[in-house]
Amino acid sequence: MNGIIQLKNVSYRYPVGEDWALRNVSIDIQRGELVSIVGNNSSGKTTLCNLIRGFIPHFYKGEVEGSVEVDGQSVEDYQLGQLGARIGYVFQNPFIQISGVKETVFDEVAFGLENLGVPVEEIIPRVEEMLKLVKIENLREKNPFELSGGQRQRVAIAAIIVMDPDILVFDEPSSQLDPIGTEQVFDIIRLMKERGKTIVLVEHKMDLVAEHSDRLIVLDKGTIVMDGPVREVLEAPLYRSFNIQYPHVTEVALELQEAGVELRFLPIRADELPLCLGAVERKVNPDDNN
Amino acid sequence: MTTIEIKEAGFTYPDGTRALEDLTLTIPTGMRMAIIGQNGAGKTTAAKLLNGLLKPTEGSVQIGDWKTTEKTTAQLSRKVGYVFQNPDDQIFHNEVIEEVRFGPKNMGFDNDKVEEITRWAIELCGISEYAEENPYNLPYSMRKFVTIASVIAMDSDVIIMDEPTAGQDKIGLEILGRLLDVLKEKGKTVITITHDMEFATAHFDRIVVMANRRIIADGQATDVFYRPDILKESMLKPPAVAHMAALLGFGDGVLHRSELVELIKKRHLVE
Repeated sequence: MNGIIQLKNVSYRYPVGEDWALRNVSIDIQRGELVSIVGNNSSGKTTLCNLIRGFIPHFYKGEVEGSVEVDGQSVEDYQLGQLGARIGYVFQNPFIQISGVKETVFDEVAFGLENLGVPVEEIIPRVEEMLKLVKIENLREKNPFELSGGQRQRVAIAAIIVMDPDILVFDEPSSQLDPIGTEQVFDIIRLMKERGKTIVLVEHKMDLVAEHSDRLIVLDKGTIVMDGPVREVLEAPLYRSFNIQYPHVTEVALELQEAGVELRFLPIRADELPLCLGAVERKVNPDDNN
Repeated sequence: MTTIEIKEAGFTYPDGTRALEDLTLTIPTGMRMAIIGQNGAGKTTAAKLLNGLLKPTEGSVQIGDWKTTEKTTAQLSRKVGYVFQNPDDQIFHNEVIEEVRFGPKNMGFDNDKVEEITRWAIELCGISEYAEENPYNLPYSMRKFVTIASVIAMDSDVIIMDEPTAGQDKIGLEILGRLLDVLKEKGKTVITITHDMEFATAHFDRIVVMANRRIIADGQATDVFYRPDILKESMLKPPAVAHMAALLGFGDGVLHRSELVELIKKRHLVE
C-alpha cells in the first residue's frame, strides 16, 4: 500500500547552499504511523520536515530533485494553504510560531480555525476543548508574549492541533519544557496517535523516542542511514557510529556489556533494565510491552 | 571577587503579576549553580534579578559591592553575562564573528585582546567553521552557541545561561560540558537555568529548586533528587539514573551513570 507521505529519491539544496542539505532520500510513511527522525544538528531533520509540509519548494526555493507526495499528490500541486490544513507543524522554537497578531491565548489558538473559515459557533467549543487538553485553560486571557517559554510551547501545540490535521509534524516539541510539561506533550502525542493521526517527530530526548515511536529514521549528513522499527535500529551496532544519543537505559546497558556483564537483550526503556539483567526469571519478549 | 548576595528579594511585574517571593541566596565566586523548577516557577525572573535586567521590587540584590538598583544594566553586564533562553532576543549582527566581537569591544579591551578572546570563545563553542556566516542562517542550537560565545567573550566574573541544553544534540552537549570545565578552571561563577536534570547533576555543585515563585530547596543533587516532598512540590523528576536505581532496588543517592554501572557490575559480576 502506498503511504500517506512518500518521498522518492529526494535531494535538496538551499538557494545559498553549496552542498546538498538532503541527498537521495526515500521514505514511505504509512497512515497512523509514528515515525521519529533522529540525527545530529545539521543532519537535515528540519529540512526533511520542511519538504514534507511543502515549505520546500513553496516557501524556500532552491533546487529539488525527486518527488514528495502527500496522499498520492505531489506537494508542488497543492496550494500551501491546502497543505497547511492537512499537515500540522509544531515548530522547534515556540517564539517564532506565535502569530503576533492576537492579544490573548484564546484568540491565538482560534487564529488557525478563523483562517480556515470555520464558523464561530464551532470555533469556540473546539478552542475550549483544546485549552483543556493542553492544560492551558488558566492562560486563556494572557497575552502570548507574556508567557514563559514552556507555556508558549503549549500554546503553539494547541494552535496546531485544534485544526485537526491528518498529519502532525513535531519538531522538538518539548525543547523548552520541564519534565512534567514534556510528559504532557507526549501524552498529547500519544492521544493523537490513538486518534489515527500520522505523526512525524523530531526529538533529541531518546527515552521518549524509544517509548513512543513505531519506527526510527536516522539521518546523517543529509542521508538516511538507518530506517526500521525503533528497537531494531537502536540495537544495531551501526547506530553507535553516528554519535547520536541513546536512551539513558541503553547507555547504561552498553557500558555494562563493555564491562562484561551479560544482558539478555539490549534495553531501550528503563523498565526493561531488571529484565535484561535477568532479575526476573521468566521468558522475556521485549516487544511485549503491553 | 564577585559574590552575589540576594536578601529577601521579591519581584512584581508592572502589570501586577507576582513573580518572586522572598529570595535569599549567597553565591560565592566560582560556584556552579543550577536553578531548576517547573515552567513558570520564577526561574528566569530570578536569573534576571541577578544580572540587573530586572530590579527587585523588595529586598536587595548585590553583585560584589554593587547594588543592582544603583547601577545600569549596561554597567552590570560587565560583571554578569547573561545568555538568553531565546537566542533571537540577543543576536543583532549579521556575521557570527562580529556578533561575538561586539561584547569584548564594548568592554574596552585593546584590539589584540578583543581578537584573541573572540577567537577563543568561538572555538570553545564549536562554531569556528561558521565565523563568517550570518547567525540567522544557522540552526537554533548553533545560534544558541553564538550567544554563549558572545557572553563568555566579555570575560565577566559571573555567567548566567538560560536553558543552554535546549535543542542540543550529543555533540552540542559535549561542547557545553567542555565549556563548563574551562569556565571552572578560570574560576568563573556559572549559574544555569535548566530542565535537564542529567545536565544539572553532571556539571553543577549546587541545585536550587524553585516552585511557585519561591526557593523550596537548595543543596547538592542528592539532597534534592531523593527528597519525595521536594519532587512532589516542584513537580520535577529525578534524573533517569535514579529511576533505574530504584527499579533495581539500590538505595538512595545514586545519580550518576558511573555509580549505577559500578553497583550493577558488583552485583552481577560476582555471582
